[in-house]
Amino acid sequence: MAAATELTPTSYIQHHLTFLTKTSEAGGFWQVNVDTVLTSVILGVFAFGFLWMVTRRATAGVPSKTQAFVELLIDFVNEQVKGIFQGELKTVAPLALTVFVWVLFMNAMDFLPVDVMALFYEHVLHQPNWRGVPTADVNTTFALALSVFALMIFYNIKVKGVGGWVHELFCAPFGGNPLLWPFNLLFNAVEYLSKPLSHSLRLYGNMYAGEIIFLLLGLWAATGIVGTVVGGILHLGWSIFHILIVALQAYIFMMLTIVYVAMAHEHH
Amino acid sequence: MDPKLQLLAMIQAYTGVGIGLMIGLGALGACVGVGIMCSRFLEGAARQPELMPQLQAKVFLLLGLIDASFIIGVGLAMLFAFGNPLLAVIK
Repeated sequence: MAAATELTPTSYIQHHLTFLTKTSEAGGFWQVNVDTVLTSVILGVFAFGFLWMVTRRATAGVPSKTQAFVELLIDFVNEQVKGIFQGELKTVAPLALTVFVWVLFMNAMDFLPVDVMALFYEHVLHQPNWRGVPTADVNTTFALALSVFALMIFYNIKVKGVGGWVHELFCAPFGGNPLLWPFNLLFNAVEYLSKPLSHSLRLYGNMYAGEIIFLLLGLWAATGIVGTVVGGILHLGWSIFHILIVALQAYIFMMLTIVYVAMAHEHH
Repeated sequence: MDPKLQLLAMIQAYTGVGIGLMIGLGALGACVGVGIMCSRFLEGAARQPELMPQLQAKVFLLLGLIDASFIIGVGLAMLFAFGNPLLAVIK
């Protein structure tokens, strides 16, 4: 915790919610949350590096335990994709695996205790502010959701052609009558807008709320021995629940990715 | 009372009520929705126990989807609690 400001509950929470932001000369919008970017890149290299190393030495004979684990993971993702997407797996399954593994690892950073990690970031990395959970940053989740959105539009155009897609935008739910074109367009616009919004904000909200509740429960320790013990017990309960939430949100993000890309492949 | 202090008190009071409403009503909707979904799951599992694993997987998926709006509301409520933008008018 920074020694400059007085340690009140609000300042404690606000310190823990401040990103390590670097602003370029263009200012304003062109800021980078360095902590988020670095953590997500390092986690990605670590996770996918591990997967790549295991698949490099894969044998068709009796597999080792790590290979069996990776095969389990890939089978799990393939099952989910097969249940939803009737096309070829080559296009969607790797995307689903990437999204699932990366989001799972980024969410799992929330398991590390906030104050212990704050000591680490301050004394080992010498950064005043550092938020360790990349998916608790709305930029990360929007980046992922907008990438899926871009892929959705790409596959729409690839499968139906630009003309076919525009025709579908104007005629889809209600019919081809020119009087209905504005309503069709409005309906489709709302559907297209709401998909990336809900996709990203669901993940962001869950991780952000989880962090806030960890911080608030930690504040009880400031009220004395009873507060520390009760706060610790509640902290334990919330951590166990949060394990479920972390895995569940990664799974939901993957499922929705598959569903959106599968819907983009559909014809009417 | 100092008028600025009065304004501050008013903004904070109404923000507090707003936060309570956001979280309370969101929780109400989410819990009722999850309750309905889980009751249907139990009914379906009682009818066809062999489908229970697949239904259970779908239950968890739908749980996350139903909770989404509530959690987004909690996130917004936390924003108002700790970084209230409405206070900018008096600072």
